[in-house]
Amino acid sequence: MEALLEIDNIEVVYNKAVQVLRGLSLRVPAGAIVALLGSNGAGKSTTLKSVSGLLALEDGAVTAGDIRFKSRSMKGAAPEKLVRDGLFHVMEGRRVFEDLTVEENLIAATYALSGRPQTFRDSYELVYTYFPRLKERRKQLAGYLSGGEQQMLALGRALIARPELIMLDEPSLGLAPLLVEEIFTIIARINREQGTAILLVEQNAAVSLAIASYGYIMENGKIVIDGPAEQLTANEDVQEFYLGVGGQEGEARSYRDIKHYKRRKRWLS
Amino acid sequence: MDWLFFGEISLAGLAMGGLYGLIGLGFVIIYKATRVINFAIGEIMMFAAYLFLAFAGGMEMSPWVALPLAVLGGSVLGGVIEKVMIRPMLGESSISVVMVTIGLASILVGLVELGWGADPQLLPEFLPRKPVFLGELYLAPKIAYGFLIGATLLLVYLLYFRFSRGGVALRATASDQAAAYSMGINVRRVFNLAWVFGSLAASLAGVLVAATGGLSPQFGAVGLSVLVVVIVGGLDSILGALIAGLFIGWLETVAGAYLGGQYRMPATFAVLAVILVLRPYGLFGTHEIERV
Repeated sequence: MEALLEIDNIEVVYNKAVQVLRGLSLRVPAGAIVALLGSNGAGKSTTLKSVSGLLALEDGAVTAGDIRFKSRSMKGAAPEKLVRDGLFHVMEGRRVFEDLTVEENLIAATYALSGRPQTFRDSYELVYTYFPRLKERRKQLAGYLSGGEQQMLALGRALIARPELIMLDEPSLGLAPLLVEEIFTIIARINREQGTAILLVEQNAAVSLAIASYGYIMENGKIVIDGPAEQLTANEDVQEFYLGVGGQEGEARSYRDIKHYKRRKRWLS
Repeated sequence: MDWLFFGEISLAGLAMGGLYGLIGLGFVIIYKATRVINFAIGEIMMFAAYLFLAFAGGMEMSPWVALPLAVLGGSVLGGVIEKVMIRPMLGESSISVVMVTIGLASILVGLVELGWGADPQLLPEFLPRKPVFLGELYLAPKIAYGFLIGATLLLVYLLYFRFSRGGVALRATASDQAAAYSMGINVRRVFNLAWVFGSLAASLAGVLVAATGGLSPQFGAVGLSVLVVVIVGGLDSILGALIAGLFIGWLETVAGAYLGGQYRMPATFAVLAVILVLRPYGLFGTHEIERV
């Protein structure tokens, strides 16, 4: 199947000195949810930023490889062009405009529609059907919303743009388990009803693999294992290192045992 | 104490302060959007005022044609400055960018002296000359009408930033640049427009101030008073610039009338010193200190 987004063997260097990605490849088919998992510092956020063009703001650059969106090379394209072309990046930490109201946050996102004939009003209604709570709060400053509501607003801004691909950077960050479930249910709904492909970057492997159809796991700037979500969930190493299931008898491990932990991962990183 | 005199002086001071507020607004727009402290704002005002002199005096246009043309010229100048001098400095330390604006101020003074000479000049009269009375208080017509024109632009700006889509883009960029990029906002264009809008406000104020007090290549020193205004109000606060503008304008005029002209600047700078001690980020600024 034709991939919507193809990342081909990219390397990313910050400040012309620090190499973060070392030959990373992945592909997101149209309309699919793909999970990109890994621990802190693996390079997950850097991967998303190199796709969306926000890397340049942090003095990073893609030094090798290619990124194709809808079969066109997007390496080095201006961030606002990519957004207007249908690729929306929801940044880590929600990044709502705190001194703007909820409604104004959504208005700001309509710039993604520049050059496309769309009626903004329908877009707002679409957001409010997914997140009725935002409608109640639409005159409030976004800075005063709770963490969960801010995440909803961040997703809402993505919906306004009517993208073909949403890249979500840790939507579960700092949220209570119940809220995480709510947010992920909505993400799955958006994918199903709007046909939007989603590239989901997460540390929470269990919830991500539950809604994703395919998963990649990265360590130290490259992919170490990938496969369909069910296959990954069944993988012994993934269970142990990312799903917190014990090595023996499938029990949950106690933190006390982790000290004596000896077994090596079977993949080479 | 003569209350009538005090009232008239205060009124004149407040009217002058309204124009300070307008210049301060120009400064704040640029700072808010781009985080550049523009020391050349006084010289941009001066440049626009000289343009007005050239159009209305030298080329004998009607002042009401010359005024918009001069203001337009000043805004184009702002846009060109951003594109040619400020954008290449993106990512450099803020002190380097400040030095660029200071250098730019010298260049503009030099250009004006080349073109018009160093002698003070008077702008052609264009505001109505009928005295203005507010109750019993007399107000010089130039100052009164200058204030009215300035206040109109101020109001337009405030409404635009509050309610328009472009205003949302500007505030979004000011709030979080990377997030603004990710919304599809063309941040570089917003930067450019901030310079254009900021210079437009400064240019209009420049012509109006020069119309009341005369014009010389040293006119840009008004920028110093405006610096006091924006620091007192808070570098990134539009409301702060307006209130501090009114206050500093009033203080300068009252100090000048009661203590003598040489006390105008010391009075405002004394206030500045006190404010900096009590509220280092200004009256309405966000609590984050910019070191220059």
